[in-house]
Amino acid sequence: MGEPGTKEILSLEELDAVAGLRTGRKHVLSILVENKPGVLTRIAGLFARRGFNIDTLTVGPTDEDRLSRITLTVDGALHPIDQVTKQLHKLVNVLKIRDLEPSDTVARELALFKVAVDGAQRAEVMQICEIFRGKVVDVTRRSMIVEITGTTDKIEAFEKMVRPFGLIEMMRTGEIAISRGRSET
Amino acid sequence: MRAVDAVMECLKAEGVDVVFGLPGGANLPTYDAFVDAGIRHVLVRHEAGGGHAAEGYAKATGKVGVSLGTSGPGATNLVTPICDAMMDSVPTVFITGQVRTDLLGTDGFQEADTIGITMPIVKHSFMIQHPLEIPRTIHEAFYVARTGRPGPVIVDVPVDLSRADVPYEPVSDVHLPGYQPTTDGNAKQIRQAAKALAAARRPVIYAGGGVVAANASRELLELATADRFPVTCTLMGLGAFPAPHDQWLGMLGMHGTRAANYAMDEADLIVAVGARFDDRITGKLSEFAPRAKFIHIDVDPAEISKNVPAHIPIVGDARNILAKLAVEYRAQEADGARLEEWWQRIRAWQERHPLRYEDSTDSEIRPQRMVQALYEATGGDAIVTSDVGQHQMWAAQYFHFNRPRRWINSGGLGTMGFGLPAAMGAKVGCPDETVVCIAGDGSVQMNMQELATCAQDGIAIKVFIMNNGYLGMVRQWQELFWDKRYSHVDMGSYPDFVKLADAYGATGMRFTDKNTLVDDMREALATEGPVLVDVRVTQEENVYPMIPAGQAARDMVG
Repeated sequence: MGEPGTKEILSLEELDAVAGLRTGRKHVLSILVENKPGVLTRIAGLFARRGFNIDTLTVGPTDEDRLSRITLTVDGALHPIDQVTKQLHKLVNVLKIRDLEPSDTVARELALFKVAVDGAQRAEVMQICEIFRGKVVDVTRRSMIVEITGTTDKIEAFEKMVRPFGLIEMMRTGEIAISRGRSET
Repeated sequence: MRAVDAVMECLKAEGVDVVFGLPGGANLPTYDAFVDAGIRHVLVRHEAGGGHAAEGYAKATGKVGVSLGTSGPGATNLVTPICDAMMDSVPTVFITGQVRTDLLGTDGFQEADTIGITMPIVKHSFMIQHPLEIPRTIHEAFYVARTGRPGPVIVDVPVDLSRADVPYEPVSDVHLPGYQPTTDGNAKQIRQAAKALAAARRPVIYAGGGVVAANASRELLELATADRFPVTCTLMGLGAFPAPHDQWLGMLGMHGTRAANYAMDEADLIVAVGARFDDRITGKLSEFAPRAKFIHIDVDPAEISKNVPAHIPIVGDARNILAKLAVEYRAQEADGARLEEWWQRIRAWQERHPLRYEDSTDSEIRPQRMVQALYEATGGDAIVTSDVGQHQMWAAQYFHFNRPRRWINSGGLGTMGFGLPAAMGAKVGCPDETVVCIAGDGSVQMNMQELATCAQDGIAIKVFIMNNGYLGMVRQWQELFWDKRYSHVDMGSYPDFVKLADAYGATGMRFTDKNTLVDDMREALATEGPVLVDVRVTQEENVYPMIPAGQAARDMVG
């Protein structure tokens, strides 16, 4: 059984496809969709059906009225990504999907931090804020709100810095991403 | 014209000659339009019957089946046929009524979120939001349903919008920017596949329902006979390859032939066409065809490498690809003699392990014998539908299908109650054909009510109930894997099917003697109008051979 075949058959060995493999990296999927009701539900449903956890999700208009852009991040270490992207492609309202390469992508996220500060601490937080190019958008006697834009890493770093002061709450938009270079995302 | 009249125009433009449906409050306008539309409407007794009838029609004719229901319960009754059509890729369009727009989301009378409920089980769905969208949407629905990998499409129409006055212009250009199915296979991949085939020593062609859907049977035969490639078909693919045939291995999978399953097990190259490596085919995935490389031809890219990694994937229309592959293969000028050893091995399996059963020594009818008798009585020339269970497997094993679209059953979803309404749909689509349904005594009761539809409309289906008084397949599993602790599988001898047939206005018959069975069946087939036959068979007979769930082909029993 299983004796090797001819050359051609052997050459097939090299074609061994990889399916269902976990990539181990975070995936940023940029999905161009028709701006129609229920599209988001259809997309989210595909992930939910496979028990996939969507880490972040943003939806917004594009330069064309009838189209919206969904940016969605999912952990490739936990979930095989290729089946779900193939299924996404099958949705009639989905025009384009790109699994963005991190090195070829500019990704940004907006976060708002409400930090408990008073007196002396305020200056310290403002100093950190400056280093991170954050903006103080609201101040009360015992708290302040800081707005930070940047990569996920940067926002997480900022969070680490201000948490010891007393983080009351934090909100993040999730990433939006666009590919580098001239070609469209 | 009224939007609903525009709907009728669209249906006619799509070549729809019959729809199956049931009216209700939210589709009253649509039903008013039927009065003058000149489209045949078959009034079913339950929307599920209508949905399955649309499937039967679609599978028998290759055209899009259409089924209608009202809002709320009308739509939820369609859920099973919709899911069934999704699993078996049946081109169908479901048009459901919906409550008027100002009631949406308020728990209005007979309101159900049809689009939401059906979202995971449709190929696509449309919620009408403006009456002007209606004509184009209907055409888009048909286009999506029948192209690429076929499937069910829903159009949900709020009742107020369906009454609106709209200008109707025929729509001839359907363009969906996000939906462009691939039809041509990649030429390089096809050449690669031809080379692999030319080099293979132990090839098997594994054909599924996709070959039937793509009308690619002729091309399949052409490829298979371009050399002496052994062919096996899935439950859904039966008829795609003409059985019996010298190169035919029989069905594969859980209740397939040993020859087919062993051939898959030992193959060095498997050509999967329009098949999706279902768990009923593969058994234990890690031990499935361990020596094989896979060429996977499918119109749906998401099927490629879903369960089994494909070495040479070819995405596109099976008909197109098989034709090209046959040409490319011939160009390889491979030496046919290399398959000699393989065929010897296959012949040995076929001789040692034919499908067999022990016939009764008295007049008792073995279920397998019943299928053989029907094959004999029809001369094999019939469209056969089935329900789901033991009778379905025996029908698949013992009835030989020499043409596609002759075997109609529920494979993926495994819907009991599919057979009778599907036969009804098939008969409406192919009135000149003999249409028989091999039903189970459990299954048939799930959509029995359509017998009234058949009686009223003179739809002459012949239903043969393989009556063993049990939910047979469940009983078999309880016997084999649950220490024969029978739990709620005994259906007794209820109802009296002969009396029931009579009550429905059909002809009822009961057969109990194997010696006269073929003649009795001929008589049933010759009887006018719908006929329901209660065939009493051996009560505790098992379907063999069998790959126990989760095991490998090598572990076949029986």
